[in-house]
Amino acid sequence: MTTRWFGAKVQRVEDDRLLRGNGHFTDDIDDGALESVLVRSPFAHARINSIDVSAARALPGVSAVYLAADLPFGQTDLPILIPHPNLTHGRTQRCLASDVVRYVGEAVAFVVAENRYIAEDAADLVEVDYEPLPVVITPEASAAAEHLVHDDVPGNVAAEMIQDVGDVQSALAAAPHRKRLHLRFERGAASPMEARAVWARWSEPEHRLTVYDSTQSPTSIRGGLAVLFRLPESDVDVIAPDVGGGFGPKIMLFYPDELLVPFAAMRLGRPVKWTEDRQEHFTAVNQERGQVHEVEVGFDGDGRVLALDDDFIHDAGAYTPYGIILPIITAAQVPGPYRVPNYRVRFRDVYTNATPTSPYRGAGRPHACFAMERTLDAIAAELALDRIEVRRRNLIQSDQFPYEVGVAWQDGNRVIYDSGNYPALVERALQMLGPRPDGDHIGMGLSPYVEGTGVGPYEGAHVQVLVSGKVIAATGIPSQGQAHATAWAQIVADRLGVDVGDVEVTSGDTRKFQWGVGTFASRGAVTAGNAMAVAAGMVAEKAKHVAADFLEVDPADLELAGGAVRVKGSPDRGIPLAAVAVLANPMRYAFGGGTEAATQFTARPRPGPPLLEGQEPGLEATGYFSPVGSAWAAGCHAAYVRVDPKTFRLEILKYVVVHDCGRLINPLVVEGQIEGGVAQGIGGAFYERLAYDADGQLRNASFMEFLMPYATEIPEIEIDHIETPSPLNPLGIKGAGEAGVIPVGAVIASAVEEALGIPITEMPLSPLKLYELSQAQTS
Amino acid sequence: MKVNGVAQPAPADPRRLLSDHLRHDLGLTGTHVGCEHGVCGCCTVLFDGAPVRSCLMLAVQAEGHDVTTIEGLAASDEPLHPVQQAFHECHGLQCGFCTPGFVMSVVGLLHEHPDPTPEQVDEGISGNLCRCTGYASIRRAVRRAAELTQK
Ligand code: FES
Ligand code: FES
Repeated sequence: MTTRWFGAKVQRVEDDRLLRGNGHFTDDIDDGALESVLVRSPFAHARINSIDVSAARALPGVSAVYLAADLPFGQTDLPILIPHPNLTHGRTQRCLASDVVRYVGEAVAFVVAENRYIAEDAADLVEVDYEPLPVVITPEASAAAEHLVHDDVPGNVAAEMIQDVGDVQSALAAAPHRKRLHLRFERGAASPMEARAVWARWSEPEHRLTVYDSTQSPTSIRGGLAVLFRLPESDVDVIAPDVGGGFGPKIMLFYPDELLVPFAAMRLGRPVKWTEDRQEHFTAVNQERGQVHEVEVGFDGDGRVLALDDDFIHDAGAYTPYGIILPIITAAQVPGPYRVPNYRVRFRDVYTNATPTSPYRGAGRPHACFAMERTLDAIAAELALDRIEVRRRNLIQSDQFPYEVGVAWQDGNRVIYDSGNYPALVERALQMLGPRPDGDHIGMGLSPYVEGTGVGPYEGAHVQVLVSGKVIAATGIPSQGQAHATAWAQIVADRLGVDVGDVEVTSGDTRKFQWGVGTFASRGAVTAGNAMAVAAGMVAEKAKHVAADFLEVDPADLELAGGAVRVKGSPDRGIPLAAVAVLANPMRYAFGGGTEAATQFTARPRPGPPLLEGQEPGLEATGYFSPVGSAWAAGCHAAYVRVDPKTFRLEILKYVVVHDCGRLINPLVVEGQIEGGVAQGIGGAFYERLAYDADGQLRNASFMEFLMPYATEIPEIEIDHIETPSPLNPLGIKGAGEAGVIPVGAVIASAVEEALGIPITEMPLSPLKLYELSQAQTS
Repeated sequence: MKVNGVAQPAPADPRRLLSDHLRHDLGLTGTHVGCEHGVCGCCTVLFDGAPVRSCLMLAVQAEGHDVTTIEGLAASDEPLHPVQQAFHECHGLQCGFCTPGFVMSVVGLLHEHPDPTPEQVDEGISGNLCRCTGYASIRRAVRRAAELTQK
């Protein structure tokens, strides 16, 4: 195999249609669809006494108004995506609430009308009589259990988990130095530029349900819909077309609309669509990141960590549809790239009257990284040591892999770092950061991090050479901007010896590939990328065998290159791949680019049927890749910042990233992921804050008040790579989707702390927050 | 109103937003809607040559005016417009949802400042949100677009 494309800065094949305005996003599809609106709870916690939909139903142009009682699945609790034995009190919502609502934005009624304008008018006419109940909004209040979110969940605790590595108690007792920290991370929101949308059609003659959904997991949505509507999976197609950013929360099984839209389409016999508006996106779509950590660390006089005890509470929100993946990831990732010989971590996952939480880019890791890095800075301060030196002394060394941390990972395995070189990352970042700029109120922050990527169970791919010589490839996971079509084409093109432009990729369309899991947890490149390599490798083998028959050579003497199968060392002796595709189907095609070439050869006479036992027609194959464990990516971010001591405006003077995601498929794409991740991290560290009030109302549910950074807030990011290939997959790659965001909070906190001399123990910061902290310090 | 040079009748419903009219009546779905409250810039179109947010206008307000959408920059069988080409070369897009709005803003920016300073670049795109790219590649694309336009 030549590697012409893998590793090259190949420009994206998906750009042309997106740049011309010819992309296909879910809301772009109309096709005579009725439009719908969800009526949502304006209360964070309330009993529903009655709902009157008569006026809404009577409005001309309204097709239907559904309440829970109108749904065959109205009394079914929605599923828990990933159950866990420690999730003793898991609770999920129902599609439409009928007795109690537990967060602002919980769906209560579903209105379908001729168009969106009428549907909105009708939604205004739905009368719900709510009786407000006491609200629990902060994780601390929840843990104190003054009020309950669910009557039958004592203490508001959905799950509790304790993990012990070594003997923290004795190690703490024996440690020469000890330090306690109280650290707080608030909720944040992914806020993809495209909000969510669903379009569905039921075709009675075909007995077929077709759903377009801006989801990160069409295969799972399809499985769920098939069960719920009692259809064989083969009668349900789910397609994630172009998706305008995902970052985690576009995977959730299920948002109510994902059931209601197909249901209404089947009931009403017309296509139905639903498009979320930005305001409802703020409360209806899952959030993340609310955690409170109580850390105690024991260390020696050189700043080496001897024992770490982290007891944290995780804000689940009102329900636990995603299980306890987030706190499990946090618990696993607190030690990060450092040796922590004795580690005890306990978490409680607690209910609050706020939007449910599920992974948002970083998924439990930014808070873990923040906790560990704040701890190391505290050690350095206590011992008056250099912050970087303390990190150097605690880093896992490059000869310590595989390194077992001793705690559980999100896939049920143990956390084992497969490969890496953490000291090299730190030294390179320092080198890139260069000398400290002159001036006052300047601070430096640096944070290495690890990220478990590429979790299983598996992904698959189908690759086929058409008789035109073009190649089509499909996988189940969709793209939300990660350039899968380009990256997969690079992998396939190398194995088949064709031009990257000759490979056309479809992803996230169950009509093209029906198995798979989803795009999340930085797993796409590892799982689907390797599946592409497996499938394309199978096709290449098949092509060699078919061609060998006709060239009368040993398959081992053949190679795929230049769009042909040819004899190694004599490139003129070969047959175009298009012709091999024709030959691979014993009943020749009447049309097609390869036909003529194929008929120049006569079949070698051999006994037996044309299609030998075990052979399949067509130059195609389906392959799967199932990793044995996570591939652990790592990196290091460092920055200089200046904070204005009067206005507390943050200026990022320099920001550098060194990243190790093993072998790079396409540096352009990886760098784009990092730049975007850092920007999201900066937003989450200093600008974006979900301002919930004591009544559980989100006071800033618009882009006017939830301050996502514009270009003016984001500096240039300098990026470098080191490559330690993962031994756990044939391509040696590790995921890269979340790396940009993980350490940003830790870096900014450390830098701001130094710039202002104010202890930073919480995220996000803001000018106002820094002002308050500085006032508190002077008083 | 004229949309991409073609005369179009006004919608029957006076409440119809220009963005909805373009997308759902005329099928010009390249204009995207990210917030519907005038902050994200995804819905940016050219209104008599200058960038405006089509979610903040009623379609009837466009009567007698020229509207250019992303689809109007280059016909599908023609090469990309220099600004589109620059975004492609510089990896200035990921999911592509914000992209038409950025491209229209940059067309407007380069019209006003054919050779923009870094401050003018930031200013010119500071009404558009992108959640994917982190903007660095978009800044590069603007500079490249200026080069391509001047050629
Ligand atoms: S949709 Fe018009 S500015 Fe956001
Ligand atoms: S490319 Fe996705 S929002 Fe800009």
